[in-house]
Amino acid sequence: MGFLLAIVTAVFFPGLILRIKSIASGRKGPGILQPWKNILVLLRKGSVFSTTTSYIFQIAPAIYLSTIICAMLLLPFPGMPSLFGFNGDFVLFAYLLALGKFMFILGALDTGSSFEGMGANREALYSMLAEPAFFILFGTLALLTGHTSMQQIFESFQFTGHNAFIIGFIAVYLLIQIAMIENSRMPVDDPKTHLELTMIHEVMILDHSGFDLALIQIGTALKFAMYGLLIANFLVPVDGGQLIANSEQLLMNGEKGMLHNVGSGWMVVMQVGVYFMIQAVFASLIGLMESFRARKKLVRNPQFIVTLSSIALVAFILVLLITFKMVD
Amino acid sequence: MMDQRYIEILTNPGTVKLADIPVLQYPEFSAFVDLLMGEEGTHCVSYFVLPKPDTYRFICCMAADENHALLIFSHEQPLEPSLSLQSLTARHFQFHAFEREIHENFGITFREHPWMKPVRYPFDRADQSRIMNNYPFFSIDGEELHEVGVGPVHAGIIEPGHFRFICHGEQVLHLEIQLGYQHRGVEHLFIEKPGILHQSLLAESIAGDTAVGHSMAYAGVVESLAGIVVPPYLSAERVIALELERIAMHIGDTAALCTDIAYQLGQVVNEALRTIVINTTQLWCGNRFGKGLVRPGGSHYPLSGATIAEILKNLKDVEERYVQVTDRIFSLPSALGRFEGTGKLTTMQASLIGAVGMAAKSSGMYRDIRWSHPFSAYAGHRYEPVMLHKGDVWSRAMLRKREVEKSMEVIRELIRTFTSTEIENRKSKIENPIYDLSLAPSSLAISMVEGWRGEICHIAVTGDSGKMIHYKAKDPSFHNWMALALAVRNQEISDFPLCNKSFNLSYCGNDL
Repeated sequence: MGFLLAIVTAVFFPGLILRIKSIASGRKGPGILQPWKNILVLLRKGSVFSTTTSYIFQIAPAIYLSTIICAMLLLPFPGMPSLFGFNGDFVLFAYLLALGKFMFILGALDTGSSFEGMGANREALYSMLAEPAFFILFGTLALLTGHTSMQQIFESFQFTGHNAFIIGFIAVYLLIQIAMIENSRMPVDDPKTHLELTMIHEVMILDHSGFDLALIQIGTALKFAMYGLLIANFLVPVDGGQLIANSEQLLMNGEKGMLHNVGSGWMVVMQVGVYFMIQAVFASLIGLMESFRARKKLVRNPQFIVTLSSIALVAFILVLLITFKMVD
Repeated sequence: MMDQRYIEILTNPGTVKLADIPVLQYPEFSAFVDLLMGEEGTHCVSYFVLPKPDTYRFICCMAADENHALLIFSHEQPLEPSLSLQSLTARHFQFHAFEREIHENFGITFREHPWMKPVRYPFDRADQSRIMNNYPFFSIDGEELHEVGVGPVHAGIIEPGHFRFICHGEQVLHLEIQLGYQHRGVEHLFIEKPGILHQSLLAESIAGDTAVGHSMAYAGVVESLAGIVVPPYLSAERVIALELERIAMHIGDTAALCTDIAYQLGQVVNEALRTIVINTTQLWCGNRFGKGLVRPGGSHYPLSGATIAEILKNLKDVEERYVQVTDRIFSLPSALGRFEGTGKLTTMQASLIGAVGMAAKSSGMYRDIRWSHPFSAYAGHRYEPVMLHKGDVWSRAMLRKREVEKSMEVIRELIRTFTSTEIENRKSKIENPIYDLSLAPSSLAISMVEGWRGEICHIAVTGDSGKMIHYKAKDPSFHNWMALALAVRNQEISDFPLCNKSFNLSYCGNDL
């Protein structure tokens, strides 16, 4: 269920970001489906390979895409099991993505271009720095809920009472920022730039063309939807009669979220509705963030990313205190 | 003449008889250069070789900013291919480009020149074995260093030029800039095409973004040689055109700086504003870049009352919005984080390399032709240059903002001097350009204009029959490319595009 929904979202996600950015800059902007139309065009084209590259360069895009798809299979949808969930699956989730990224970096290095070398170097550094944030965050959640599979974590998370709001807020904030880093968006990277020297992700795909480029772009779109789904897992209510965090408020204002008491059970339809709303808000948020601020200086990026880890650490200690695990 | 070592020109543009330019012995010449360089606010405007049938005549024009004067002096050397002179660059680095240019064109050796690299690979260069592919790049050996080559084909819509970085990780240790891809032989064409109309078109095409600046400098040279006195209203019109060009380019650069830091709002607003300004120029003369607007002796497009009203209206509109958006940019933390302290050019470096225009003014050097050698309508205007001192990208961005505001003031002030009857009589008063001027024989005319980038200098030399025999055009980029190379040292390589854009130098202006 989650997997299918994520794929559906991925179709609209890049277009929505583009559209929001266009509107914010006073332009009309392309249709929501334009990025996918471009991908379809690319899929019909052949690839051109540089003579300096080896097979690594050719298999990298396929592995990149397949790791993302595999990682998506591990994600649950609120109230429904994931396809391949098991205890500790978030470790596999993170390292599947890391594997994809690793192949991607190898592919970039394989071209022997100094630009791509620089891009690969930056990407590797930032992913490395973002990794602790992700694991501390999931460690915190595991500690709080006492479960280690993502599905169980999310399910029981929403029943932990008021603590869930504090931790939930931190988690959503961190996941948004990690998503921005992993997808090479602002403020870490500028997806729109034409300047090779300042690029991170874009420079690594400079040599890919045709079908391979399409695979990478599909992967990028899926990755966005995947993170959106992950965030939605925190916010879409699992079951009826429970506390519902108003996702929009939570995202935009950082407030605790309004409390509703819904007597009857939440239907799947409503869950799906809220899910799409969250994804739309997520995309709009990215679009707006990219419209009204400048990219950071590259030397400042590591500091920024390390900050995320420290926030995760604060959450971790908080949970330790709340759950009195420290005393035991 | 008090001092026999030089001839002084106090007007801009100005003309001197070739015979009146003192010829010094080389040791005396270089001692005099030492003397001048020891003074505050003196810089080399041009140093070139005038080949004569039996000798090379080296003519040097130095500007004494404080005295608002130009000093011209020369030395002569025999026509020998093995000619070798002691380099001035070894002591005064700002001569480096001039000596490189002379070496490239005539094969004259300058001993102890620290940086004898090709400038632009002219078609008729002395050493034809020097080609793009064997440029002598500076290199550093080191296991942790790597080289990055960018260009000549770039990702954006910019001109071709090759940049070679030596980096330690993300940090740039050294940048070398190889130019010459745009060489068209402009200076030769000036001699081959003696028609004034031809030459006007050529001058406009030296650098497409400085059409008004270069054509003003050219008009100055020709008018000075022909002894034409430009009427005040025509001067005023030219300055209005020049300042419109400055406003348009500065706003366009502000947009480009925002693009490079990925600040979308600043980019789109400034792009829209620039369009309003260049469209105003188009409304006036039919060309958005002011081509065809400035011609020797007159104008095809006298300012009408309606055009003046439109200019004032658009300026007001643009000013309001530009101030708003730049206030926003200069108070946005993420933008300031990119601008401040990036790409610093110290005052010391700027004065060593003889930086001109924006690069100089933003690094705390008082250098503006509008102030030091007032031309056209500036002669009676007392222009006070905008000065900033930090020399970083922020300063160069801020300088643009301040100059835009100042230029708008200048335009308004000039328009205020027009009386209403004058505007009505304009059509009859301003004459059409003169395309068949007779130029003073055996003379040298020099004209300097502060274009939006900085000091533009055109020099024409006429022969015995009054025909042009030598032409030198200099774009401010000729001085300032070195400023960029110095500014990016020890910066992150990812900030290079931002630094580059903050100088926004001309490739074709250098390559001619």
